[in-house]
Amino acid sequence: MFLRFFLPRSILEPSSVFRIGSPDDYALGVDTKWQQQYRIWVTKTSDRLFVIYARCTHLGCTPDWKASENKFKCPCHGSGYDSEGIAFEGPAPRPMDRAHVSLDAEGQIVVDVSRLYDWPKGTQGKFEEKGAFIQL
Amino acid sequence: MEPEKPEQQETKQLTTGEKSDTGLVQKVRETGAALKERAIEEAKTYKDPQDTQLWKSIFRVSHDRSDPRNRSLAILSNVFLHLHPAKINRDAVRYPFTWGMGGITFYLFIVLTFTGVLLMFYYHPTKADAFKDILYLEHDVPFGKLLRNMHRWAAHLMVITTWLHMFRVVLTGSYKRPREFNWCVGVVLLVLTLLLSFTGYLLPDDQLGFWAVTVGTNMARATPMFGSEGPFGVQLGMTPYNDVRFGLLGGSIVDSNALLRSYIWHCIGIPLVASIFMAVHFWRIRKDGGISGPAPVMLETELKVTKKK
Repeated sequence: MFLRFFLPRSILEPSSVFRIGSPDDYALGVDTKWQQQYRIWVTKTSDRLFVIYARCTHLGCTPDWKASENKFKCPCHGSGYDSEGIAFEGPAPRPMDRAHVSLDAEGQIVVDVSRLYDWPKGTQGKFEEKGAFIQL
Repeated sequence: MEPEKPEQQETKQLTTGEKSDTGLVQKVRETGAALKERAIEEAKTYKDPQDTQLWKSIFRVSHDRSDPRNRSLAILSNVFLHLHPAKINRDAVRYPFTWGMGGITFYLFIVLTFTGVLLMFYYHPTKADAFKDILYLEHDVPFGKLLRNMHRWAAHLMVITTWLHMFRVVLTGSYKRPREFNWCVGVVLLVLTLLLSFTGYLLPDDQLGFWAVTVGTNMARATPMFGSEGPFGVQLGMTPYNDVRFGLLGGSIVDSNALLRSYIWHCIGIPLVASIFMAVHFWRIRKDGGISGPAPVMLETELKVTKKK
């Protein structure tokens, strides 16, 4: 009962589900315009669009997008990720997680950051699962 | 013959029962009288607070003040009047031996308590005000910058001196019998000191503290069984919304709840527990035969320990 007291029943935190416009609003590559508000990056490739949850898989800091070096760099302990969030340097144990994405009736992208797709080392990963990306 | 036996036994039992009854009545009367006498005596002693059970349990010394030895003992063995034992091995208190580290640590704790209380007069533990209050303290409050820096540097120093004190205790072998219990109390105090340091980190609500607490509480995710990303966590139904990190932060992100919680732990919860452990820590130094000396201050046979043969 004493421990239960410390776990609040309801929390006033930003909603984990939000809309970020249609896929046509994004150019190829990494878009950082939602980083401040939603803690996500939108990455568009030639055939796919997916949303990277901007949390370093080492200890949870928010990495910076370094456009000139074409990589994400975590300021806390130096983990590096390529433009698709795949870890290639530093202590990060796995690529950055991707958020659930879907298209609503108006063609808007709906992101849910409470449903994450990860790719732990030595596994197939969940990046190919339905909902981890939008096929263009 | 056989059916008569039980009857005989019954009459026998009756007579012995009657006898014991009269004995019992007498006994009750006697104990009643004894209780009455004791009550009168106790009522008399309560006129003098120093004769009460409560007083004796705290100060531990016989209240017979006609004996001069008792009178001096009452002063010498009183932990409030004499933090240090009445007699002490002079080699044990040389600075090259103790470094005075335990004392310095306690002194820093007092400095931190004092400056901390003063800082609380100008600090609001809310997202809107916390960082502004820090700037206000630095630039506008009389002696605010001095206060804040005293608190900050004393906090850094206290962590360092705690480690050095521990290092000295290891080097001098003071963790060994009969001080092993006090070593354990000290380890708890070390953890509490580090927790005080950690919870104070978030309070300025600046980038350094925010990310330090982000990193620190993300480690809690990996707690076995109670963390959502730790071993057996998922199997036990842990999610980011009900695991140990959630309980520490009061939410799933480092936000206003986390700030308020670390403020309460920092200013009330942990100092209170640490003070209790500190009192036990100091008291046990004396009980265990004072500071351990280069040569034994007290031989093992001299200690008042009832050994099992």
